[in-house]
Amino acid sequence: MNRLPTGGQIDRTTRLRFTFDGLPYYGHAGDTLASALLANGVRLMGRSFKYHRPRGVLSAGSEEPNALVQLRKGGRQEPNTRATVAELFDGLDAASQNAWPGLKLDALAINDRLSNFLTAGFYYKTFMWPAAFWEKLYEPIIRRAAGLGAITTDADPDGYDRGFLHCDLLIIGAGPAGLAAALTAGRAGACVILADEDFCMGGRLNVETHALGDQSGADWAAGVVAELASLPNVRLLARTTVLGAFDHGIYAAVERVADHLGQPEQGKPRQILWRIYSGRAVLCAGAIERPIAFANNDRPGIMLAGAMRAYVNRWAVTPAQTVAVFTNNDDGHRTARDLMAQGVDVAAIIDTRADAPACDGVQVMAGAQVVDSSGRLGLKSITVRQANGQEHRLSIGALGVSGGWNPNVALSSHQRGRPEWDDAIAAFVPGGALPQGMQVAGAALGQFSTQGALAAGAGAAIQALSDLGKTAQAPDLPMAEDGEVRITPFWHVGGTKARAWLDFQNDVTVKDVTLAHQEGFRSVEHLKRYTTLGMATDQGKTSNMGGLAVMAELTGQSIAQTGTTMFRPPYTPVALGALAGRSVGRDFRPTRLTPSHAWAVEQGAVFVEAGMWLRAQYFPRTGETGWRQSVDREVRATRGSVGVCDVTTLGKIDVQGRDAAAFLNRIYCNGFAKLAVGRVRYGLMLREDGIAMDDGTAARLADDHFVVTTTTANAVAVFRHMEFARQCLWPDMDVQLISTTEAWAQFAVAGPQSRALLQKIVDSEFDLSNDGFPFMACGEITVCSGCPARLFRISFSGELAYEIAVPTRYGDALMRRLMDAGREFDVTPYGTEALGVMRIEKGHAAGNELNGQTTALNLGMGRMVSDKKDSIGAVLSRREGLQEENGLRMVGFMPTSPQDRVIAGAHLLEKGAALRAANDLGYVTSACYSPTLDSYIAIGFLKAGDTRLGDVLRAASPLTGHDTEVTVVSPHFVDPDGGRLRA
Amino acid sequence: MHDLAPLTALGSSAPQRDTIGPVTITENPDRALASVAARLGQDAACTKALASVLGTSAPDVAQCVQGPALGAFWMAQHCWIVDGPYDLDDPQTDLAARLKAELGDMASVTDQSGAWVRFDVHGDGLGALFERLCNLDMARMTDGTARRTMIDHLGCFVLSHRGGNTVYGPRSSAQSLHHALITAARSAF
Repeated sequence: MNRLPTGGQIDRTTRLRFTFDGLPYYGHAGDTLASALLANGVRLMGRSFKYHRPRGVLSAGSEEPNALVQLRKGGRQEPNTRATVAELFDGLDAASQNAWPGLKLDALAINDRLSNFLTAGFYYKTFMWPAAFWEKLYEPIIRRAAGLGAITTDADPDGYDRGFLHCDLLIIGAGPAGLAAALTAGRAGACVILADEDFCMGGRLNVETHALGDQSGADWAAGVVAELASLPNVRLLARTTVLGAFDHGIYAAVERVADHLGQPEQGKPRQILWRIYSGRAVLCAGAIERPIAFANNDRPGIMLAGAMRAYVNRWAVTPAQTVAVFTNNDDGHRTARDLMAQGVDVAAIIDTRADAPACDGVQVMAGAQVVDSSGRLGLKSITVRQANGQEHRLSIGALGVSGGWNPNVALSSHQRGRPEWDDAIAAFVPGGALPQGMQVAGAALGQFSTQGALAAGAGAAIQALSDLGKTAQAPDLPMAEDGEVRITPFWHVGGTKARAWLDFQNDVTVKDVTLAHQEGFRSVEHLKRYTTLGMATDQGKTSNMGGLAVMAELTGQSIAQTGTTMFRPPYTPVALGALAGRSVGRDFRPTRLTPSHAWAVEQGAVFVEAGMWLRAQYFPRTGETGWRQSVDREVRATRGSVGVCDVTTLGKIDVQGRDAAAFLNRIYCNGFAKLAVGRVRYGLMLREDGIAMDDGTAARLADDHFVVTTTTANAVAVFRHMEFARQCLWPDMDVQLISTTEAWAQFAVAGPQSRALLQKIVDSEFDLSNDGFPFMACGEITVCSGCPARLFRISFSGELAYEIAVPTRYGDALMRRLMDAGREFDVTPYGTEALGVMRIEKGHAAGNELNGQTTALNLGMGRMVSDKKDSIGAVLSRREGLQEENGLRMVGFMPTSPQDRVIAGAHLLEKGAALRAANDLGYVTSACYSPTLDSYIAIGFLKAGDTRLGDVLRAASPLTGHDTEVTVVSPHFVDPDGGRLRA
Repeated sequence: MHDLAPLTALGSSAPQRDTIGPVTITENPDRALASVAARLGQDAACTKALASVLGTSAPDVAQCVQGPALGAFWMAQHCWIVDGPYDLDDPQTDLAARLKAELGDMASVTDQSGAWVRFDVHGDGLGALFERLCNLDMARMTDGTARRTMIDHLGCFVLSHRGGNTVYGPRSSAQSLHHALITAARSAF
């Protein structure tokens, strides 16, 4: 066991049981999965992506490329989770991935033997021929072999929230710089959000042994966090990763509310995706250590030196009993000292620098390099080449490697700012244009000493608040370590033919970069895509610099000239559930319910989605075995007596003002200026380009007051169009618009008995006779002894029909009253299917015909486009191309055999013509079975259709295989002279 | 008096009330709403006349006011929503008609009573609730603030007054909006 007897910030009194690959282990509260596995002597945690090489933990943070595991089971199964940030909880079920049949013996480790073939660009070069093999053979095989974890196909049982936060100052990272910034701004009374991805704030203060004043770093951090927690103006977001910096000081962050629990509390989210609106931001994201590439540097047990130190100091875990350190800078020596202080045997410090300093208690091999390692499933030894060229082997269980530290610049570059090279620390620091309002402080800016980070954090907060017009004073910060960075850049050990890994996650080696260079992929962006360097879950946090450095060597350029790839959000992987929030399943989007919805549910209605509306599609009755039976019955009942349909969903726009009539006269292509009060007119509105936009009615309730109706689908679009016209085209018109779609419950009452039914509920002082309330009349009335209502004598069905509207709250009651009152007429509710059948029978255009490609002329309404006035779209509707005599015209179709089905979407061809585009004469837009005619019928667009009545054509659908002989007829199948409407 | 029984936007005869943690969410169906939009060139006159009707200044941008009998919130340039008690006993004397009688040709007035569902939200921790619903900065939602925002894809108005918040959302989506409020409250508390 590798748990040290003392130390660490774990709760040794709390023992947590967990499993890894089915084997039980124990850890403590405060452990990560990685620290607990290391404590149990488990170094082998995964297999690499391509070569299936055994891999152990490399880091102690979110930059981890190797120790990717699968957590939980069932719907909560989550692949590719970094063991280094997975907080241990009792009952955690973890498994390795990308290995079969097991982690220790993985069949696809054969890839490692084939590595000479599986170099960079292998796929691109190999799977070129034959082309047909790619989709059916190559890709499935590659997909099976590649990839890491497996996604579950079970539904995620957990909820995810999205939320919005506002603050004066967002501080990203709660290490020394972040805590100092938060303390400064918090004490000044600013609204502060401090976010850190760790569950324990403090950053490197929690893993270093340097004192801050008379306290340990961890104790000082805990004290500051406690003070911040007591301030009402400071919000602490632990377990929260700021994922991206966006425009105008907006940041995205994911808070892992319940990832450290077996499952979230009832009703609580697993994670929250926050959108943070900040006045200013201070990026204190710290730095990430980088490895040095050498032959076989990927074995379990070889890890970053800073991580090794973190495991010892924070989690009281040593990865092995005997270790060594390979470094090019003084920070590696710190690791050796800390391990020795905890009683770990440090065999040697291998320092590439010839002038490496000495270190008490351990041999420092100055000018030496690690040239190889051994140990199939875990490190057993390393081979060291000393400065004099002699090589000898060291038997160790773990090796800490430090190639220096890279400031964590990712978020500073999300707005395309390019980092700049700093020779003093041999690393990139934030540069170029930072995201609006962002400052960077601490190690993220290359200020690597604790003292420097504290001062910089406080200074950044003061500056940020000053920018916001607030004043703040630096708190009394403790004295802390203030050492300088001493590093001699060293990227990889040369002179070997063995593979030396740069990108552990994607199995990219120094040889791969060399090959990319050799083949001309020298731009860093090309290098990334050709080799996959820096891709996938870790986005190259530990690998990019090494790759750039090798490429720089090969091209003879400096690293600064070589540059970095683009940094993009998200900073770390995000669960898709967090992005979706609560918009999943039935809650994917809101639902709109009609006023008669509850009543329709009681009737057993089948509903259909119409946009966000749920509309009754039909009302099945006992004994009816298919929807057609229900729909046919509803149509026959309506045409035979009376039917009622909820048409609340049609858009309603209240148009008022002195210029209301003139305004509508410009909106509609047909005339409205002279419409009398108390009358309704059908209107067609065109887009600017002359194409039909929408149709509907406008009812004139007063000289200065109209109610416009739109189709359900275009309610919003038409309102927006009219508002644009009102505000931007004709601001000098006195017109006011407001939607009243939801304010009125509206029902179509259609059929020869509709008047008789309405006379039972409309108050007696209102005359509904044909003379008193003729076709296309409208009026404000009362029903049921005084309930205000509006009545329109309009018809979509072609029958004597009305639409009656009452305030929405009375819609349910009115529907029930209509059904009661209509019992003597066998009143029948009908749904959208019967509505559709009847409008096709009547030849009314609807959404299928107003499809964004058709003109008034196509629709048979060319003469409606008035040439006596100007209106939107009128001029362009007269374009030559839209006026062709041979153009499409809306006509009807009847199959020569009535029971032969005609399909909407079928294309029209001459009889005997081959089914190909060249022979296309038009298309069927709407089709149904007409119970009135006892035949299938259809309407559609046919070239010169108005001249072809009586012709027999093919209506063929290559999609469905239907091929029906049809006769061209008038689209008005029922009551073509309109007698019923006016009865 | 007619005999049609009204339903609340949530589909019941009585308003729904939910208490979750420190917050109580109450459907309020007893308010009449009417939009008032100044006619062209009547902005100043309409604003003044509306103030007279309200008994207090017409609300400015992003504000709401409460007069002795009627309240109002700003909706758009020279356009307000006025609210008052919904008189179930005498819906003929509706708010819109009364306002039109007062404002005459200075304004276009449209009844909006049925267009919206209203939820009154009271209790401690409204910030914790609303930060999971919309992008309004609750710290700046002082009494008398009225803002338009999106809640779960629904265009809504949020008014801060009398120590609580009022949410107006589209009536047809009342159940979806209620679900959003309840779910967020359970999540927050």
